[in-house]
Amino acid sequence: MSAKKKTGNPAQATTREADTAPEVKLIPIYVMGKRYEVPEGLTLMKAMEHAGYKFIRGCGCRGGTCGACGTVYRKPGDYRLQVALACQKTVEPGMHVSQVPFFPANRAAFEFDELTGAPEEVFRLYPELFRCVACNACTKACPQGIEVMDAVSALKQGNVAAAAETAFECIQCGLCTSRCFGELMQYHMFQLARRMYGARIAPRARHLAAMTEAIAGGRYDECLEELRGMGEDELKKLYQEREVEPVTAGEGWTPEDETYL
Amino acid sequence: MQLAYYPGCTLKTKARNLEEPAVASLEALGLELEEMDRWNCCGAVYSLADDDLIHQVAPVRNLIRAKERGKDRLVVLCSFCFNALKRANLLMSGDAAKRDTLNTFMDEEPDYSGEVRVLHLLELLRDEIGWEALKKKVKLPLRGLKLAPYYGCTLLRPREVAIDDVENPTILQDFLAALGAIPVDFPESTRCCGSYQVVSDPGDIPGYARDILNPAVRRGAGGLVLTCPLCDYDLGKGQEELVKNEESGGVPLFYFTQLLALALGLDPAVCHFELNYGDPEALLREKGLLSPEGTPQKTGGKA
Repeated sequence: MSAKKKTGNPAQATTREADTAPEVKLIPIYVMGKRYEVPEGLTLMKAMEHAGYKFIRGCGCRGGTCGACGTVYRKPGDYRLQVALACQKTVEPGMHVSQVPFFPANRAAFEFDELTGAPEEVFRLYPELFRCVACNACTKACPQGIEVMDAVSALKQGNVAAAAETAFECIQCGLCTSRCFGELMQYHMFQLARRMYGARIAPRARHLAAMTEAIAGGRYDECLEELRGMGEDELKKLYQEREVEPVTAGEGWTPEDETYL
Repeated sequence: MQLAYYPGCTLKTKARNLEEPAVASLEALGLELEEMDRWNCCGAVYSLADDDLIHQVAPVRNLIRAKERGKDRLVVLCSFCFNALKRANLLMSGDAAKRDTLNTFMDEEPDYSGEVRVLHLLELLRDEIGWEALKKKVKLPLRGLKLAPYYGCTLLRPREVAIDDVENPTILQDFLAALGAIPVDFPESTRCCGSYQVVSDPGDIPGYARDILNPAVRRGAGGLVLTCPLCDYDLGKGQEELVKNEESGGVPLFYFTQLLALALGLDPAVCHFELNYGDPEALLREKGLLSPEGTPQKTGGKA
């Protein structure tokens, strides 16, 4: 990375030299109320790091899936509070930013084996569900674009499956919970709904059960034993020469060697 | 017809015996209702505090959903939902200042000013189909069934949302007569069941039930006809206490929609009588309206 480099990703321009390079435009943002000049095109997370912050919390996968870097911001001239994952959203001039990497929420304790998937179990574990007044602040606060209030409504309606499906993309960042007027802990409720749905409501995959049984019955014992007996070089060779499913393969794809199917 | 149907949370959980016979009956009657695919709690209890607008957000949002779908009428089954939704609708059509506040608050929704009409299913049957036409559609007249219509509060009060005369309603009597049953008038038909007071403090639950059930039975009713899941809960739970104390032998409690489905000749399984208080199936069998196996008797003729 060098200041002389004309092109290249501005997100990489984090050195001192890059700050002053004429080709990198700097824009002002406010992190927790303090003004910083940061290179255009950076994510909020990189911009904060550029400004000198070091994340020991509030930063996880940097790929928009772990939910650790929930962030709220406002733009000049807009009353609306907006949300983003700091690792995904790029900086805009004049925005005020604060991370909300964690928001206190209690997860109900339960023995999953004792749960049947009945909506009454959700009602019992999270009775505050019924404090929802449908203000919709949760939906507005979701960086995943989930209709959070609809999922809450589905739970109130006893429709665990609809709640689980509506909130399937939840990454549990907690921003909905931070904004809830009724002090609900949506992301924990949704996790419970998804678990109930997966284990008790969704139809079982019969072919999976059959395969599991076959494996338990020793279907692959012999070839695993064979692998166990191989030396490192032989294993490496086998691995490197293996037949790989093409990225574009459709559902009907099968390997040429069908010995292990 | 541009009719939307709002189910309500209780109908999807505890009161499936109110909803499922209604949905089946409406289909049998050829009424095209479209169940809303997005809806939230109706608000349950209409807030009486004049400036408590946050509790109007839930019902108004449902009205907006109906309008968004291009519906001009919203049909409701549950009395409590009906009351909350219709009153919120009146607020939105009649109070410009509160309407503006609510529309401004719900900035993610289109503005709403009371364009959708809120109707109870009984109104739809009376005004859209008519009692005479309904009578003609009856396949199993409920002959010999003497039933006391119990209105409770929320279909009739306050006056501006009432589906009938506040003091002397007849809509349920007319409905029962159209199905071939014998309506039994009793003065307590509009007395309060105890409402949420009973849920939060079940102290005198048998007292509320006694004051409503006994007068109906004294006037010869073999059962009560209800429209509201909360009335059903209060009278049902109260009755269980009365039976336990050997004060009463138990009175069957019906939802009006179950009687509709039965009279239209639909499969009684859709009525979910197993969720009812007071064993209505025994009464129906006694009157020859349900076979011992639970299938309807085919009597053919009209009332």
